[in-house]
Amino acid sequence: MDVISNLTMDERRRALLILLVMALVGLTFAAAGHGDPIAVHGALVLVLSLALAFPVMGHLYDPEPSIERFNAYYDDPSKVGVILTFVWAAFAMFVGDWVAWLMVEPTWTTGSAWSSFGRLRPVHTTGVIFGFGGNGLIATSFYVMQRTCRVRLPDQLSPWFVLIGYNLFCILAVTGYLLGITQSKEYAEPEWYADLWLVIVWVTYFVLYMRTLARREEPHIYVANWYYMAFILVVAMLHIVNNLAVPVSFLSAKSHSLFSGVQDALTEWWYGHNAVAFFLTAGFLGMMYYYLPIRAGRPIFSYRLSIISFWGITFMYMWVGSHHLHHTALPQWVQTLGMTFSLVLLVPSWGSAANALLTLNGAWHKVRDDATLRFMMIAAVFYGLTTFEGSFMAIRSVNALSHYTDWTVGHVHAGALGWVAMITFGALYASIPWLWKRERMYSPALVEVHFWLALSGTAVYVFALWNAGIIQGLMWRTYTENGNLAYTFLDSVVAMRPYYIARALGGLLYLLGALAGCLNLYLTIRFAAPATEAASRKPLRDGLDDAATQPAE
Amino acid sequence: MDLSHETLVWVAKTFGLIYLVILSIAVVAYACWPARQKEFRDASTAILNREDRPWR
Repeated sequence: MDVISNLTMDERRRALLILLVMALVGLTFAAAGHGDPIAVHGALVLVLSLALAFPVMGHLYDPEPSIERFNAYYDDPSKVGVILTFVWAAFAMFVGDWVAWLMVEPTWTTGSAWSSFGRLRPVHTTGVIFGFGGNGLIATSFYVMQRTCRVRLPDQLSPWFVLIGYNLFCILAVTGYLLGITQSKEYAEPEWYADLWLVIVWVTYFVLYMRTLARREEPHIYVANWYYMAFILVVAMLHIVNNLAVPVSFLSAKSHSLFSGVQDALTEWWYGHNAVAFFLTAGFLGMMYYYLPIRAGRPIFSYRLSIISFWGITFMYMWVGSHHLHHTALPQWVQTLGMTFSLVLLVPSWGSAANALLTLNGAWHKVRDDATLRFMMIAAVFYGLTTFEGSFMAIRSVNALSHYTDWTVGHVHAGALGWVAMITFGALYASIPWLWKRERMYSPALVEVHFWLALSGTAVYVFALWNAGIIQGLMWRTYTENGNLAYTFLDSVVAMRPYYIARALGGLLYLLGALAGCLNLYLTIRFAAPATEAASRKPLRDGLDDAATQPAE
Repeated sequence: MDLSHETLVWVAKTFGLIYLVILSIAVVAYACWPARQKEFRDASTAILNREDRPWR
């Protein structure tokens, strides 16, 4: 339990206090919320808090950690975050593939309520977006902010509070869906108490980032930090506004939203699309702007383009949410506004994608040889493809064909599998040897296997659902010469079967890749050779101080 | 707070029309300002530094 002994005595005491307060809150909900599902969550919080409190108590009077710690970055939370990222990937991608097979064979459930499609599907989406993506962002952001600011995290307790508190939110969310707890807002399903908890965790995260920046030794704030900051700040804003709600009682899991009707829909999709923008894009761009140049050994192609893209994305994305509500009761001009901004958004999006790919000019031999860098390269390609597709689908007349079809699901997965997960795996494979001070990943061959499984899985998945979506869309709008619809809805469902089988197989490939990653992580931590002194001083820059490294400037 | 529909429309049709344009000009000017190019060049190469420990 080195991790706990590495905390100062004061930090250990405060950790224990926080855990005991949480246990008490859990006990209150467990005892007083009888008959309501919130009692189950109370009991869960109680058990988890105590499970963490006991080891802390066991090490409460360990000696103070060595003063030497100030000569190194504080990476323990990043290490645990990396492991959690892989655990969530395996779990949530498994559930994802399960629900994909349910679309092929709806009887593959246990028959009980928890295993119905409607409950498992948000387990998958929350698990991949918040569990896998969120942990990846938190783990890498701690890593990146310390390196780019050249300063150790300001304290050792708040990063743990953020990481563990955030995972508690994910666990409450996922178990809640299985119990039937949901506020029925897509990607914002958790109920009021989980939402309030996330606000506390997220504000701590923001304050931690600001404190680290305030203590920085490097005068310039590297652009990756801007993206991470935008992610943290805007997600806080979105989360708070979209989840404004009044609970039925303080001992009930149920609440009612402050919004209703079309206002509710617009608020939800203002949140929903900005979750795509700031959770699934800005943070991962931060990852890309740090790990890709380092892995390629070349500075970013154009630093000024990265700044222009940053402000473009930050200010334009805010307006595009209404493209989710084309052809609805939402006023036409609001739909047009969303559509227009979605098109303009292509400029900063392609700015970042091109910036990443142009950085690789001169390093393409590395892309060929190094699967980790190839993960990042493919991520940039899919980022460019998906943002183009997204802008295109936001056009009202295109949307008339694509909306409500599986094209949307295909589009989302081009982004999620091709961009978000690829850049995450690339960044993780780059940081794991640095974090655990290993020469390299235990098995570069397994990274290679993961890469090809991930790429083929994405391709199969996306092509299957492009076909599925366009066929659905066309079947729903084909008329006979008498002016009747040519196909019933059921006809279109039957026509989907081969594509749904292909989709589930593509998902399976992707899942197998993630499992190969989990195995490689375990083998690296347990068995990989420790790095020699020279190799542990990471970045590998070719032609140090070579004047030709900045072609754009 | 007295925010009528007319006031909002007036704001949208005046300031609302131009603030993103102003912002774009400001951002491009900031990013392309010649005096800042050395800082940016240093920032983009500084992360490639081999050292992996805090400065203090």
